[in-house]
Amino acid sequence: MGLDTILAMLLTVIAAATPLLLAAIGELVSEKAGVLNLGVEGMMLVGAVIAFATTVGTGSPALGILAAMIGGMVMALAFGVLTLTLMANQVATGLALTIFGIGLSSLIGADYIGTPVDKLASLSIPGLSDLPVIGPLIFGHDILVYLSVAITVAVAWFLKKTRAGLILRAVGESDLSAHSIGYDVIRVRYFAVLFGGLTAGLAGAYLSLSYTPMWVEGMTAGRGWIALALVAFASWRPWRVLGGAYIFGGVTILQLYLQGGGDIGIPAQVMNMLPYLATIIVLTVISAGPWRGRLDAPACLGKPFRPAS
Amino acid sequence: MEPGHDVVKEHPRLELRGITKAFPGVIANSDVGFEVAPGEIHALLGENGAGKSTLVKQIYGILKPDAGEIVWDGREVDIPNPHTARALGIGMVFQHFSLFEAMTVLENVALGMDDPGKDRTALAKRIRDVSESYGLPLDPAREVHTLSVGERQRIEIVRCLLQSPRLLVMDEPTSVLTPQEVGKLFETLRKLKAEGCSILYISHKLNEIKELCDAATILRGGKVVAACDPKAETARSMAQLMIGAEFRSVARREAGKDTGPVRLTLKGLNMAPEMAHGVPLKNIHLALRGGEILGIAGVAGNGQGDLLAAIAGERKAASADTVTIDGKAVGRSGPAARRKLGLCTVPEERNGHGAVPDMSLTDNAMLSAHKRMGFLKAGFLDKGKSRNFAAEVIKRFDVRTPGTETAAGSLSGGNLQKFIVGREILQKPEILVVAQPTWGVDAAAAATIQQALVDLAATGSAILVISQDLDELLTLSDRIAVINAGALSDAMPAATVSVEEIGLLMGGIHGSPEDAHAKGAA
Repeated sequence: MGLDTILAMLLTVIAAATPLLLAAIGELVSEKAGVLNLGVEGMMLVGAVIAFATTVGTGSPALGILAAMIGGMVMALAFGVLTLTLMANQVATGLALTIFGIGLSSLIGADYIGTPVDKLASLSIPGLSDLPVIGPLIFGHDILVYLSVAITVAVAWFLKKTRAGLILRAVGESDLSAHSIGYDVIRVRYFAVLFGGLTAGLAGAYLSLSYTPMWVEGMTAGRGWIALALVAFASWRPWRVLGGAYIFGGVTILQLYLQGGGDIGIPAQVMNMLPYLATIIVLTVISAGPWRGRLDAPACLGKPFRPAS
Repeated sequence: MEPGHDVVKEHPRLELRGITKAFPGVIANSDVGFEVAPGEIHALLGENGAGKSTLVKQIYGILKPDAGEIVWDGREVDIPNPHTARALGIGMVFQHFSLFEAMTVLENVALGMDDPGKDRTALAKRIRDVSESYGLPLDPAREVHTLSVGERQRIEIVRCLLQSPRLLVMDEPTSVLTPQEVGKLFETLRKLKAEGCSILYISHKLNEIKELCDAATILRGGKVVAACDPKAETARSMAQLMIGAEFRSVARREAGKDTGPVRLTLKGLNMAPEMAHGVPLKNIHLALRGGEILGIAGVAGNGQGDLLAAIAGERKAASADTVTIDGKAVGRSGPAARRKLGLCTVPEERNGHGAVPDMSLTDNAMLSAHKRMGFLKAGFLDKGKSRNFAAEVIKRFDVRTPGTETAAGSLSGGNLQKFIVGREILQKPEILVVAQPTWGVDAAAAATIQQALVDLAATGSAILVISQDLDELLTLSDRIAVINAGALSDAMPAATVSVEEIGLLMGGIHGSPEDAHAKGAA
C-alpha cells in the first residue's frame, strides 16, 4: 500500500466521519438537556433533500446549507412541540419523526433524482493547500468538515465552561431541582432540541452536497442511528464523540477497502454490516460492562417534565 | 417603601395576607396570614399535608397564589419566580433537596445563585470561607452523589448564605442531622438572626422549636389555627394545636423484659463501600434478639446504607455464615430468600428504593409483600388481595392519599414513609430492619409508627432501627449501638446511656464530629 493509498483512505475516513460527528454532537446537546430524540435519521434526510433542492434551485450551496439547518430545526420543533409541550412519549415521537422524515424527503426529492450538482467546493489556501500530504489532509476540505470540528469544540467549551451550559446540564440531570431553583426547564430543552435539529440538518447537507453530491432516497443509510449510538458510546462527552465519529467513519471505509482489495472470502454483505455491527457491539458492551454507571447518562434522559404541584 | 409612611412601627420583613391556593380536589392554603419580623425566627408548624410546603413554595415563587398578598418590607410584591425571590433576599433550603447529584458542590452552588460570577476559583474560595465561618465545612470539588444527607443539606444552606439572605426559609432542616449537627445549625441560625436575617422555620420537632423560635404559626388543613409563643408553650400543647386532638405518646413496654432467642447475627462483616468515597464496613458484629429493639445511631454516611444492604441481601457478604437468620447462613442469599425467612427491610430512600414511584400503592404492596402475604395464585398476581392489603396499610397508618391506585411517587414524603413502614410492619416480619422510620413524618404519625414498632417487638419480632434521630432511638430502643466510619460500637442498654456518650461515639472517640466526618468522607 503506497502513501497515496493511505492518504486517500484517510481523506475518505474524514468524509465518512463528518456527517456522523455533526449529527451526534447535536444529539448530545439534546440528550444532555434530558431529551432523547430518536428522529435524527429523519432530520438528516430532510436536511439532505432541502440542501440539495435549494442548491439546485438557487445555484448557491451556501443557501442550501442554510436551508438544511432551517429544515432540520423545523423537524426538531415539531418534535419539541409534541414531546415538551404536549408531553408525548419521546421514544415513540422520535421514531415517528424518522418515519415522517423518510416520507417527506422522498416526496420533496422525487423530482431531483438523477439531477447533478457540483460538489461543495474545498477550501483552498494558496501555499498551505498545495503542501504534500498535509495540504489535502488538513487544508483541503470543504467548509462543513471544519464546521463539524468547530461545533464540537464549541459544544465542549459551552457545556463545561459557560453558565448556560451548566444550566443545560442541570436541566438534564434533575428537571425538578432545576425547576425549583427557578430555571425554565421546557425553554432550555427547546433550545437544545432545536440545536440538535440544526446540526442534523447540516449532517444531511454534507451528505447530499459533498459526500455524494446527488439526491438518493434514504441516502443517510442509517447514519442517524449510528450517530445516536455514538452519543452513548461517547458517554455523553463531546471529545469522545469526535473520536467515536472518526472510529466509526474508519470502520465504514475499512470495509470498502477490504472489499476493493480482492476476494478475501467474506461476502460483501457481511462487510457492509460492519459499521452497524460495530454499533450494536459497542452499545452492548457499554450498557453491560463496567462503564454502566447511571452517572454517565443524564439522569432525566427521556423523561417528560411534569412540574410537581 | 413610601417615605414618612408608618414611621412608628417597623415594617415586618414578610407579611402574608389571605393567601389561598387550591389544587384540583384540595385546598392547600385557605386565607393564610401571618407576619415575620426582621431578625425573628418564626416557626411554621403543622402535620403532613397541612399546607406548609405549598405555602413556602409561594413565598419562593415556585407556585403562584390564587388569592392573597405577599408584603415584603411593607411593600406588596409579586413573586413570579425564584429569581425574583432571591433578588428580594429570600433564600430557601428545600426538604427534598434541589440538588444535582452528578455535579460538584461548586456547580450546585453556582446553579442556585443568580450572579455567581465568572471566576470559579473565586467562588470555590467563597464557598470554603462562608461554609467554614458558619461551621458547615464543604469541599467545593466533591460530587454531590458522594455526600451524606447532612452534607447535602449544607450545600443548600451555603448556597443561600452566599447571597446574604434577609429571609431564610428552611423546610424541615434538622430531620437528618445528629445532635451535634443540629447544635451547629442552631448556632448558624442564631448568628444569622443576630445579623438581622429573618428565618421561617418549618419543623415537626417541637422541642427544637421551643429552643430556637421566637414565634410560631400553626397550620391545620391549610388554615392558620393558632399563633403562639413557643417558649411559653409545652411541646405537648403545641402538638395538640397541630393535630387538633389529644396527643398520644408512645407507650413503652417495661425495661428489662425478657427477650427471646437470637434471630439475626452478623459475624465479622467487612464490605467495601458501594459508592466511591464511601466508608468500608469494618468487622461488624451484631446479635439481634426476638422481642427487642436495637437502635443504631450514627452520622449520615458512616456506612449505614451498606449495612442495611448487607443485612437485606441487596449486597452479599464474602461468606455465607457472616449473616445468619435463625441460625441459617444467608450471607450469600438475595433479598427474596431472606424475606422468605422472615426478614423485612425499610430502606432510607423512599422513592426508587423503598417504593417504585410510578407504580400504584397496590402494586408497591404486591412487590414487597406477595410472598409473605400470599398474593400469588398459581403464579398469577391476586390484585384484589394486594389492594385490600394496601387499603389496610392506608387505614392503619393514616396515609393521606386519594386511594390505593395512586402512584407512590405522588404522595408527599411523610405519607409515602407511613405507607412503606406500614407495609412492612403489617407483614408481621420476624425480623424488621428499618432505616429512618419517621424521617419527614409529623409528630402524630411518627408516634403511630413508633407505637407500631414497639407493638411488633412485643409480639416477639426482632427489630433493628437505624436512625440519626437520637430522641427516637432513645424512645424506642432497648439497646443502642453507634456506627462511625464503618465500625459498630458495642450495644449499650438505652436506659443507662446518655445522649452525650452517644454523641461522642458518633463523632469518633478521638476527635470532634467534624474530624470524624471529614475522615469518613475522605
